[in-house]
Amino acid sequence: MRSVAEILVLEAVRKSYGIGTPVETEVLHGIDLAVRAGEFLAIIGPSGSGKSTLLNIIGLLDRPTSGRLVIDGTDTTGLGDGDRTRLRGRTIGFVFQHHYLISAFTALENVMMPMIVDRGRADPAMARRAEELLGWMDLERWRNNRVNNLSGGQQQRVAVARALALDPPLVLADEPTGNLDTAAAEGVFARMRRINRERGTTFLLVTHNLALAERCDRIVEVVDGRIAAEPAGAHAGPAAG
Amino acid sequence: MNRWLPFEWIAALRFLAEGRMQTVFILGGVTIGVGVIVFMSAMLAGLQANFIRRVLTSQPQIQLLPREEAARPLRAVRGVIEAAVVQRPTQRILSIDQWQAIAAAVRARPDVLVVAPTVAGSALAVRGDASRSISVVGMDPAQYFRIVRVPDYLVAGEARLGTDDIVVGSELARNLGAGVGDRINVTTARGGQRTLTVTGIVDFGNKGANERSTYVALRTAQSLLDLVGGATTIDVTVADIYAADVIARDIAGMAPVKADSWITTNAQFFTAVRAQQTSNTLIRLFVGLSVAFGIAAVLVVSVIQRSKDIGILRAMGASRGRILRIFLVQGGVLGFAGSVLGSVLGAGSLFLWHRWFRQADGSELFPLVLTADLFAAAAMLAALTGVLAALAPAVRAASIDPVDAIRG
Repeated sequence: MRSVAEILVLEAVRKSYGIGTPVETEVLHGIDLAVRAGEFLAIIGPSGSGKSTLLNIIGLLDRPTSGRLVIDGTDTTGLGDGDRTRLRGRTIGFVFQHHYLISAFTALENVMMPMIVDRGRADPAMARRAEELLGWMDLERWRNNRVNNLSGGQQQRVAVARALALDPPLVLADEPTGNLDTAAAEGVFARMRRINRERGTTFLLVTHNLALAERCDRIVEVVDGRIAAEPAGAHAGPAAG
Repeated sequence: MNRWLPFEWIAALRFLAEGRMQTVFILGGVTIGVGVIVFMSAMLAGLQANFIRRVLTSQPQIQLLPREEAARPLRAVRGVIEAAVVQRPTQRILSIDQWQAIAAAVRARPDVLVVAPTVAGSALAVRGDASRSISVVGMDPAQYFRIVRVPDYLVAGEARLGTDDIVVGSELARNLGAGVGDRINVTTARGGQRTLTVTGIVDFGNKGANERSTYVALRTAQSLLDLVGGATTIDVTVADIYAADVIARDIAGMAPVKADSWITTNAQFFTAVRAQQTSNTLIRLFVGLSVAFGIAAVLVVSVIQRSKDIGILRAMGASRGRILRIFLVQGGVLGFAGSVLGSVLGAGSLFLWHRWFRQADGSELFPLVLTADLFAAAAMLAALTGVLAALAPAVRAASIDPVDAIRG
């Protein structure tokens, strides 16, 4: 179980596109958000409200135009590209709406990939770790299958396992169940929730599915690039255990 | 997954393996390109070595001759020429002045291998009713045969040259109806006359040479041509055949002789050799460029196809440098693997060509010159070409924005 300190802090984060051009557009207008370690947070909002932009900034894939972003105690404001890449690799796991598994590799190898990227070479310990993660996702049988031979739900569970490979304190999931049927979506969500409870991993889940959002610890609604008031009764607090 | 390979190699090899069709086609292209280069280089090296061997084993690389005789204008007083038209004088066969000293000085040079004084002139060979004009070369076989490999061209008898012996060309022997052991009379315009025994018959593969060439001992030629104690030419071979021109000029500067190098006397042949080398280099360059463009084209397509993989690898923490190296490794692997297959293809084709295509007499068209250097150079150059060709696609891959790649 991780400590309950804040894993993520955003202060007055703004993001504009087309800066200095006639079509300059601000999509995030000063976001303030604090997420405690171990929280399972849902971010909801209509399409085009800035949810994905916010997730890209939190995931260090994009830079805010202004404001401050602190991840796991590290202020990312002045970090260069190399430091951001390293911090991203070790601190954040990603799950996207599309699984984005690498088709040249098997399920097991895809899960090993973040570890290989981090350490530069493969080793047997990585394979054992990947097998353990696939076990959590009930995918041991499929570990040596090419990812193109798996179902959508299985592929997304492999993507979740890959996001957890380096045991990151924070996992960002952008519509992870958006392409799945109800049963497969439930399977993916249930496993993420279980990891959150058992491992204390913080999850930020962007979703349009209100039923799933209501099962999260807290719901943050983004409307027109601003955080609206959290819906009543949505704040259940971080998972204990 | 191989635990010894770095991440970049693992990804590069898997990407190549997954894009099977593309990889096979570009590997085929590189293989054919390298095969052509290896085949052409080895064949041209063999042909060139053969031509040079044939040319340079039948003639000296530098020939020292007496300076041409020049007529002096007749002057009455200083600045006034009596006869304005000066007729070109006839060039008598003369001995090189102080030839022993010149030969010794040339022999002392470190860039000179062999020095052979000779006496050469024309004569008439008579046997029965048949007579033919001939060129007589008198020399010391111990030295001269190291320059012009007369014994290599023997078709009958031996290259033994006593005072009364003569080695003749095969056409001359046929025209005179002479065989080994037969005698022929040789007379010269200066009144020299000897009866010589044919000890050997040579075939230079050239009808003109076979009709006229004869070889006798130095003393025999001196007596026939009335040049007792003299030498009309000094034949020289040098260590670096392509430096013959420079050495010839150097010798002409230090001794009162005219020095002709094989490069000057075979100017057309030398130009042909140079043209062949240049065209070979150009062909190699253009084949290399087409291989490079082929690799680059395939990798550019691969970068576009794999942009999402690149995006997710970047999101996982792979740096731009690592993405760059994945594609450079692919280029290098394609180049190197293609060079290995191409070397096998080129060498195999050359071997079959050498075996099946022979000269009319069944001898080889050219010597098979396949050296390890050629294969090592082909492998290194192809791998380097592959890496350089991959540079542009690799830079493009490294510059992919993960957000764009994942969103797009």
